[in-house]
Amino acid sequence: MSTTIRPHAETPAGDQPVRLESREERTHRLSVGVLVLLVGVLLAVLTLSTSGTARFALSDVFDEVQLPTLSLPGLPVVVLCALLCLLAGAGFVVGRLSSRLRALAGTVAGVAFLLGFLTWAAAGRDLPFPVSNQLSGTLTLATPLVLGALCGVLCERAGVVNVSIEGQFLTAAFTSALVGSITGSIPLALLAAVAGGVAMAALLALFAIRYKVDQVVLGVVLNLLAVGLTGFVFDQLVQPAAGELNDAPLLTPVAVPGLSAIPLLGPVLFEQNALAYLAIASVLLVWFLVFRTSWGLRVRAVGEHPEAADTVGISVRGTRWSAVLVGGVFGGLGGAFFSLAATGSFTKEMTVGNGFIALAALIMGRWHPVWATVMALFFGFVTQMASQLQTLSTPVPSQFLLLLPYVATVVAVAGLIGRVRAPAADGVPYDKP
Amino acid sequence: MAERRGWAVPWRDVLITLLAFVLAFVVGAVLMVVSDAEVSSQFAYLFTAPSLALGASWDKVSSAYAALFAGSLGGIGPITETTAQAAPLICAGLGVGLAFRAGLFNIGAQGQAVVGAMVAAWIGFSWHLPPGLHLLVALAGGVLAGALWAGIAGVLKARAGAHEVIVTIMLNYVATGLLAFALTTTAFQRPGRTDPISPVVDWNATMPRLEGTRLHLGFLIALLAAAAVWFLMERTTSGFRVKAVGLNPDASRTAGMSVPSTTVLAMLLAGGLAGLAGVQAALGPTVAGTPTPLSAGLVGSIGFDAITVALLGRSRPVGTVLAGLLFGALHAGGLAMQSQAGTSAELTTVLQALIVLFVAAPALVTTVVPFLRARRASLTGTTPTTGGLSS
Amino acid sequence: MSQIVGTQAPGEVPGRLRLDRITKVFGSLVANDQVSLDIDPGEIHCLLGENGAGKSTLMNQLYGLLQPDGGQIQIDGVPVRFDNPRQAIDAGIGMVHQHFMLVDVFTVAENIVLGREPGTAGVLNLRAARQRVRELSRRYRLEVDPDARVEDLPIGVQQRVEILKALSNDARYLVFDEPTAVLTPQETDELIEVMRALRDEGRAIVFITHKLREVRAIADRITVIRRGAVVGEAPPSATESELAEMMVGRAVSLTVAKQPPRPQGPRLQVEGLTVTSPDGVVVVDDVSLDVAGGEIVCVAGVQGNGQTELAEALLGTTASNRGRILLDGADITRRDPRGRLRSGLGFVPEDRKADGFVGSFTVAENLVLNHVESFSRRGVLQLGRIEENARRLTEEFDVRTQSTTTSVASLSGGNQQKVVLARELSRPLALLVASQPTRGVDVGAIEFLHQRIVAERDKGTAVLIVSTELDEVAALADRVAVMFRGRVVGVVDAGTSREVLGLMMAGVPHEEALAAASVTTAAEEEARLEAEVAEHVAELTGHEPQEEQHG
Repeated sequence: MSTTIRPHAETPAGDQPVRLESREERTHRLSVGVLVLLVGVLLAVLTLSTSGTARFALSDVFDEVQLPTLSLPGLPVVVLCALLCLLAGAGFVVGRLSSRLRALAGTVAGVAFLLGFLTWAAAGRDLPFPVSNQLSGTLTLATPLVLGALCGVLCERAGVVNVSIEGQFLTAAFTSALVGSITGSIPLALLAAVAGGVAMAALLALFAIRYKVDQVVLGVVLNLLAVGLTGFVFDQLVQPAAGELNDAPLLTPVAVPGLSAIPLLGPVLFEQNALAYLAIASVLLVWFLVFRTSWGLRVRAVGEHPEAADTVGISVRGTRWSAVLVGGVFGGLGGAFFSLAATGSFTKEMTVGNGFIALAALIMGRWHPVWATVMALFFGFVTQMASQLQTLSTPVPSQFLLLLPYVATVVAVAGLIGRVRAPAADGVPYDKP
Repeated sequence: MAERRGWAVPWRDVLITLLAFVLAFVVGAVLMVVSDAEVSSQFAYLFTAPSLALGASWDKVSSAYAALFAGSLGGIGPITETTAQAAPLICAGLGVGLAFRAGLFNIGAQGQAVVGAMVAAWIGFSWHLPPGLHLLVALAGGVLAGALWAGIAGVLKARAGAHEVIVTIMLNYVATGLLAFALTTTAFQRPGRTDPISPVVDWNATMPRLEGTRLHLGFLIALLAAAAVWFLMERTTSGFRVKAVGLNPDASRTAGMSVPSTTVLAMLLAGGLAGLAGVQAALGPTVAGTPTPLSAGLVGSIGFDAITVALLGRSRPVGTVLAGLLFGALHAGGLAMQSQAGTSAELTTVLQALIVLFVAAPALVTTVVPFLRARRASLTGTTPTTGGLSS
Repeated sequence: MSQIVGTQAPGEVPGRLRLDRITKVFGSLVANDQVSLDIDPGEIHCLLGENGAGKSTLMNQLYGLLQPDGGQIQIDGVPVRFDNPRQAIDAGIGMVHQHFMLVDVFTVAENIVLGREPGTAGVLNLRAARQRVRELSRRYRLEVDPDARVEDLPIGVQQRVEILKALSNDARYLVFDEPTAVLTPQETDELIEVMRALRDEGRAIVFITHKLREVRAIADRITVIRRGAVVGEAPPSATESELAEMMVGRAVSLTVAKQPPRPQGPRLQVEGLTVTSPDGVVVVDDVSLDVAGGEIVCVAGVQGNGQTELAEALLGTTASNRGRILLDGADITRRDPRGRLRSGLGFVPEDRKADGFVGSFTVAENLVLNHVESFSRRGVLQLGRIEENARRLTEEFDVRTQSTTTSVASLSGGNQQKVVLARELSRPLALLVASQPTRGVDVGAIEFLHQRIVAERDKGTAVLIVSTELDEVAALADRVAVMFRGRVVGVVDAGTSREVLGLMMAGVPHEEALAAASVTTAAEEEARLEAEVAEHVAELTGHEPQEEQHG
C-alpha cells in the first residue's frame, strides 16, 4: 500500500479533545450551588438568634500548656459567614468560575458554614466550645469508620460489594468483648475481633464469589445474621453471667512521650487509644498494598476487568477471596472499637449504623483509602460536634443533634459528590465464559 | 438457553425452600446447644456418658422447637397470632419486593414503617372522628407518610443519583430519631407520663377484629394489598414500566420511558406499602382489644424482616404472602419459645437470615443435601444428556 | 487440497499446533463438532465463519478459557491440556481478543506486566515494567507510551497494546480474534503488515474473521467453519462469493436489490448539533445533516467517532448542548425520548442487548416496549391485543420463536434484531434511525433486514443508518456522511470508492482524499489484476498457488 497519509487517530492523545460543560456536570454544579445557598440562608436565619460572644477553648484544663480561649463577636461572624456562603453558592449557580476557583469557593463555603454554625452555637453560652475535645473526639469517633472504610476499599476494589461492614463490626465487637472478658487480655481480644471480622468476611466471600448471590442482598442478610447470632448468644450465654463474660478491659489513651505535649495538636493526635494509631497505620498499609504491590495490581485488575485478569492467568476468585479476607481483618479491628475502646462491654446492636456510614465514606472517598479516610474524619467530626453541642445547651433539641451524622451522610451522598465511578466490575460475580 | 416455564420450576423452588428451612433449623439447633451453658457442659462427658449430652441437647432443642410450633400453629389463638404477625410483614415485604422489581434496594422499609406508624397513631389518638372514617383517615395518613418518606430517597436517587441503599438506611436512623423526639413532645407524649409513650388510639381508629383472637382487619388489608400489587405489576402500563426499568434501565430509556419518574413512582408505592405495615403496628388490636400505644420499639424490626420476606417470596405477591405467613409464624412462635422454653426470640432472626441465605444459594443446598444433586438433572434438564427436556 | 485435515502424521511440520477433533457442547447446543485445525509456524491461517459459527469457542479452548468435551490439542504431536490461560500462555499461545482484555484505568505498562509483574517480595517495580514495555515496543516497532492510561488511547493504539501484551509472553502462536472490526481501512492495512512481519519471524498466526475481503488479502490458508463444524479449506485465491457460499452454506447475494431513491423534501434536519460526554468532552461537534423522505443516509466512520452519541442525541437519551433537531419542520430538540418516539421516530439502538429489548420480557412484551400505551385502556394492559400484535409481527418478520411468550433473551441474535426492527417498523414512521442494524446477525437475516429497511425508505420514511461496516454502507446508502472525531468530514455520493471513504474516516477531507486515492488506485488496480490472473491460472491448472509452496 502506498498511502502516505497517516490517519489522525494514530497519534495517541495528540491534541487535547474539546471540552464543554456536560449535562451531568451542570446538574452537579447547580445542586452544589443550591445546597451552598441553602446553607447560607440557614446561617442568615440563625443570625436572628445570635447574641453575645462565642468562646472557643483551645485547651482543656488538664493540658500542660494552657492556650488562650478565643473570643469571637457572635453576630458579625455569623453574618460574615452567611454572606460568604451565599456568595460562594451564587458563584456556583452562575457558573462563571474556573474549576480552581470553584474548589476554592467550595472550601470557603465549607469553612464558613462550620465557623458560622459553631459561632452561633457557642455565642452567649456559659461554656466555651472545646476545640481540642472536638478534634480529638473526631479522630476517636472516626477510628471505626476509617477501619470499616478500608475493609470496604479492599473488598470493592476486588469487585465484591460489601454492605455487611456493619455485620462485621457487630460480630467483631461481640467476639472481642467475649474473649476480652474471659482472658482479660487486650491483644487476645483484638485477635478475637480480627477472627470475628474475617469469619464474616469469609461468609461474604463464600456466598458472593462461590454462590454468586446478589451482593447487596447478601450484605443485608449477613447484617441480619450478625444481629441474630450476637443477640441470641448474648441473651443465652453472656447476659446471665454478665459479670464474667461482659466485662472486657478498656483500651485507654496512650500518650506518645514528647509529642503529646505539643499544644493543641499534641493531645489531639498523640493521646489516642491504640486502635486509633492502628487505624492511621492501616491507611498507609492499605494504600501501599493496593497501589504498590503486585497483589494490589491484581486486586484492582479483578475489580475492573476480571476477564482481562483471567486471560493473563490470574485466578479471579482466589484474588477476590484474598482481598475480602484481608478486608475482614480491618472490619474486625473496626468492630473492636465499640467494645474495647468505647464501653468495655457488648450491647445488642451497639454499632448503630456505623458500618453503613463507613460504606458512605468509602463511596464518597471514591474507593481510595486516603480519601475514604478523609470522609470518615468528616463523619467523625460531625458526630463529635453533635455531642459537644449537647453540652452547650443550644436551642436545638438533643435528639436532633444525634441525627446530624445521618443527615450529613444523606446530604453528602445526594448533593456533594456528584457522579462517582466505582470499580467497573464491582458487585458483578465472575462467570467463566 | 431455552425458556423454562414448565411445571417443574416451582416444585424445585419449593423443595429448595423446604430444605433451606430444614438446614436453618439444624443450624439453629446446634446454636442452641452450643450457647446453652448447661447443655454444653454435658458435652465434657460426651465419650464417657454420651446419653447425658445427647439427652440434654435433645431436651433443649425439642422443647424450644415444640414451643415454637405450638406458639405459631397450635390452635386458633396461635394461628391468629401468626396472621397478626404476618400482616405487617406482608405489607412491608410487598413494598420491598416492588422496589426490588424496579431495580431498587429499598432497605428503608423500617423507617417508612416507623413514619407510617407515627402518623397513623397520631391521627388515631389526637383526632376524634366518627367510626369508619377515623380508621380510614388514620390509615391513609400512615400510608401517605410512608410514601413520602420513601419518596425522599426516590427523588434523591432520580435527581442526584444518590445511592438508595445508603440513603434509605440513613433515613431509617433519622425516622427512629424523629420518633424518639416526637415522644418527648406534648403532641405525642401521654399526659402525666414522663416515659416516651403515647396515649391509646381511639376505638374508632382501631382495626376491627374477630372477638377473642388476633385476627384483625389488617390481615385482610394485607391480602388485598398483595392482590393490588399483582394487578399493578401484571396488568397495568405502570407495572410494565416498573418491571422494564428494573430489568433493563437502558433499554427502557431507549424505549422512551422515564427512568427517574419510574424510580420515584416505585419508591412512593414501596414506601406506601411499608407505611401500611406501620399502620398495622399502630392500629392493629392486641389480645386485650386495643392497639399498643406508640413507643420507640412499637414497629420492632418489621422493615428489616420485610427484606427477608421479599427475598424469600422472590418479590412476587403470592410468594410474599406465603413468605410473610412463614416468617409471621416464626415470630409468633419465637415469642412463645422465649416465654415458655426460655430460648431467646433472637433465634428467629438467625433462622430467618439463614433461610434466606440458603434460598439465595441453591447450589449450596444441593451440595449439602446430596440426594437433590442426583435429581437436579431431571428437575432442570441442564445436563447435556437430558438437554431435550428443557423445551 | 492436498492437506486433508486430520489424517496428517503428527509432527510433520516442526512446531505444528494441532487441534484434533475438538468437540464442545453447551447444553443441547454443539458449539464445536469434531473440529480439526493445523496451525503451522510461518503461516497465517484464517478461520472464516459467520457470527455464532463457533470460532471464538474453539479459540477459547485453545487459550485455556474453556476445556474441550472431546478431542485434544497437540503441540509437535504431543497432547497438551490447558486448564487455564496461564498454561496456554506458557505453552506459547497468545491471543488478541476481539473485546480487548485491557484494564481501562491502568497504564499501558501495568496492563502489559499484569500477571507477571516485575518486583521483589511482592512490591511492584513499575520502572522495570516500563522498561520492559519500551524494549518490546522497540523490538516489534509498535509504538506505545508505557505511562499512558489505556482509556485515553485511540482504539488502534489499544490494539497495539493488546498485541504487545501477547508478545510479552513470547507467544509463538498468535490468535487474532476479529481484530479489524474496530479499525479504519488504513489501520487494517497496518495491522496486516504487523501480522505479516510476525509470520515472517516464524510465528504462527490464526486470524479469525467474517470479512471476506481481508481473508483474501492476508491468508496463507483458509479454513471455513459453519455451525460448529469445519466445512472445508479454501485457497486464498477463492473469490468472495465462493467463500461466502462456503461460509453460509448456500449462494448469497451480497447486494441488495433496490430502486434508485426518490427523495422528497427533507424530513430530518439537524443543525449545529453538539453533544458532550458526561465528563465534558465534545463527542458530537457541530453536526449539520439533512435526510429527505425516501432516502437512506448512512453515517460511516470508525467506532467511537461520535456516531453512537449522534444517534442517541436524535432519540434524546443523550442530551445535546447546542443545536436543533427538526422533524418534518417541527423542532423536537426539547422533547423527551417518549415525545420523539410519538412524533414518528423509529429507533434501532447499536447495542441491542443493552438498549434494544428487555431480555427476560417475552417476545410479545418487547414488541410493544416503546408504545405500550397504544395497547392499554386507562392504564390497564389489553393483553389480547398485545398477543395479537405479536402473532402478526412474528409472522410478518419471520421471527423464529417457539411462541410469543418466549423470552427474547433466548432467541438468536438475528431473531432478536428482527424483534427490534419489527417493533419499530410496525409503527407509522417519519424517521428511522438504525445503528449497526445487522451487527452480529447471520447472513441470511442480513439480506432480510436490509430489504425491510429499503422497503421502509420506499414508503417515504427518512432513514438514517449508522454503520461501521463499509459493506453495509455500500449496500444501503443513497448518500454517505463520514464522521471523524465528532465531526461530519463530508457527505458524499453512494458510489464513492472504499479507498476515499477510508481516508475520510481517518479525518481526511473529501477533496484531499480523492487526490490521495487517485494515486493509489493505480497500484490497487494492478494488484487486483494480478490476483485475477493468479486465480485464472489456478483454475486452468486445477491447483491452488498455495499448494505449490507446500507441495
